Amino acid sequence: MRKILRNNHLSGWLLAAPLSLVLLCFLVLPIVMIVVVSFWGATEFSIYPAFQFDNYQFLFGSPVTYSVFLNTFKYAAITWVFTLLIGFTVAYFLAFHVRSLTWQIALFLLCTIPFWTSNIIRMISWIPFLGRNGLANSTLISWGVIDAPVEWLLFSDFSVILAFVHLYTLFMVVPIFNTMMRIDRSLIEAAYDNGASGFQTLTNVIIPLAKPGIMIGSIFVVTLVMGDFITVRFMSGSQSANVGRLISNDIALLQYPSAAATAVVLLATVLLIIAVLLRFVDIRKEL
Amino acid sequence: MKDFETPRLSRRSVLKGAAATVTAAGASTLGAPMIWAQNIKDVTLRQFGTGVSNLNEVADKVKEDLGFTLEMTALDSDAVTQRAATQPDSFDIADIEYWICKKVWPTGNLQAMDTSKIKNYDKIVGIFRDGKLTPDSTIAQGTAPHSVGFVDGPDGKAFVDNESGWMTLIPTIYNADTLGIRPDLIGRPIESWTELLNPEFAGKASILDISSIGIMDAAMVCEAMGEVQYGDKGNMTKEEIDKTMAIFTEAKKSGQFRAFWKTFDESVNLMASGEVVIQSMWSPAITAVKSRGIPCVYQPLKEGYRSWGGGIGLSKSLSGLELDAAYEYINWYLDGWVGGFLMRQGYYSAVPETSKNFMSENEWGYWFEGKEATDVITSPFGDPLAQAGETRDGGSFHDRMGAVACWNAVMDENQYMVRKWNEFIAA
Repeated sequence: MRKILRNNHLSGWLLAAPLSLVLLCFLVLPIVMIVVVSFWGATEFSIYPAFQFDNYQFLFGSPVTYSVFLNTFKYAAITWVFTLLIGFTVAYFLAFHVRSLTWQIALFLLCTIPFWTSNIIRMISWIPFLGRNGLANSTLISWGVIDAPVEWLLFSDFSVILAFVHLYTLFMVVPIFNTMMRIDRSLIEAAYDNGASGFQTLTNVIIPLAKPGIMIGSIFVVTLVMGDFITVRFMSGSQSANVGRLISNDIALLQYPSAAATAVVLLATVLLIIAVLLRFVDIRKEL
Repeated sequence: MKDFETPRLSRRSVLKGAAATVTAAGASTLGAPMIWAQNIKDVTLRQFGTGVSNLNEVADKVKEDLGFTLEMTALDSDAVTQRAATQPDSFDIADIEYWICKKVWPTGNLQAMDTSKIKNYDKIVGIFRDGKLTPDSTIAQGTAPHSVGFVDGPDGKAFVDNESGWMTLIPTIYNADTLGIRPDLIGRPIESWTELLNPEFAGKASILDISSIGIMDAAMVCEAMGEVQYGDKGNMTKEEIDKTMAIFTEAKKSGQFRAFWKTFDESVNLMASGEVVIQSMWSPAITAVKSRGIPCVYQPLKEGYRSWGGGIGLSKSLSGLELDAAYEYINWYLDGWVGGFLMRQGYYSAVPETSKNFMSENEWGYWFEGKEATDVITSPFGDPLAQAGETRDGGSFHDRMGAVACWNAVMDENQYMVRKWNEFIAA
């Protein structure tokens, strides 16, 4: 028995087994099921096993699909830019300007306070703020900045992206802050000693070393925005669509195979994006 | 239960027979005699349906009046359809809309009801029997309840156009829907469905994002504008769907709509906040806006109403004592208490005259006869809905239900319509 256990090869397999089993049951199997169902057929109120390409044919044959995917990419790209800029700045401030560890932790926890409420509540609370007779409009009018309420504040792409940025910036802050804290301070001192300006230090030392954090944050933000449906529905007043809403509409109409097909295409797209992102940084090596 | 298939049995004798049969059945399995009054208490009927009439108050009252237990499950209309069509053993009583019945009946999961066992059958409103509110009314477009209300026998699959004595659903609740408006923000009379697309309300209009109902409201607008002539708004051709959606897509692109709503609460918030001043709306949503002290009118329009109706149907697997209890329940349902309860929320009951016994003269005058309220009108839950001197929007029962232009329906081109609707939302 002892001999068997000492066999490195076998114990390695045994150690990996529990996690593999969990992943197999709760990640791989459901995804396989989704792929299988995407080839099934559906009537108005039932689904039946089959192997047909109708769902994909309809998906790729409809101009709506392309415009909706384009819209989803648009949301993801714009949200990514804003969360990156804000997230990087916040993380930089926390990591390099706040000197004491106590304050760093205190301010970092402050960032997470909004996350004590649910995602949906944080999002919906924008609605009365941005509305036609909301706080933003009445304040702007009382300051004399505008004469009539601004309509595009709510139920527009602006409000959708605003909510996304608000919801997901922390997902950028955390990993970037984490990598920045690991940067050896002597490297920065060395840069200064060698006459680098603050900006040069930033671009030549800090950004390259914070890359893994930026990449992890980007993966979080992009996947969250690509897969979202509820933010787009509420903040656009149901007027805009993204891929998540296509899927949720199909589910509401009991068209599970068609929803599964859309989900498979979305999954493939997101995996492709992540693969491209990972080409830039070898996260495994950097961590 | 072969004994009971002979019609013309009085309810009393049916119950006696049921008791005898069940006693016999019980004796064989349990070895002890039982009587009806005791074992009906053990019966549990499982009812599911949409939220409007699946009220716990009804279940409580059933327990009190009839002694047996009614379990209520509220689902949205898509889930209701799916369950009625695919899981016949998961329910005893289905509380569904007539258009859902049209979809579900062919699956054979529901059994027809013998109208001779329905005590108040003769008093049921004509809409659900021959389709006519009064002898000279014309029948509206769409899935009119009487057209899917009867089948040719106890196991009938085909709908028949006469009162065959075998009913698919016993009507429970119905109403006439129209546009809701904010009179204080519009400041002029609104008379036609065309106003929904009036550029005057650009950025202040809304329509509901539930394709099967939204398309009907859209059709009412397009027809009123004179842009599209429909053979049957409840069963459009592909061409009619295309034309309708083209008009609405254009309006959407030019910024006519502030938002679309999908849930009751969203419609209330849009209206109450003033984001929207004219939109498709449901009657209790108007009440909810009003109860916040904000003026809101369920505006009668000259082209008429879009109407809907629901009823209860019995599961195919229901038999024996449970079946008798179900008939008891139906008779109790039409006996007035539920009717009064629903009518005091602004809905209508299938047998208004029995509901009258459970309403005050003031309530009956306000809700049914369209008269001025003589005192404060309150909902069954205690919220004040109208003050003395106010009248109901749209007037009396006959004014409102007599002006129905179209019933909620399911189209032959349903899947095509849904796709086109999704394109409209994504446009």
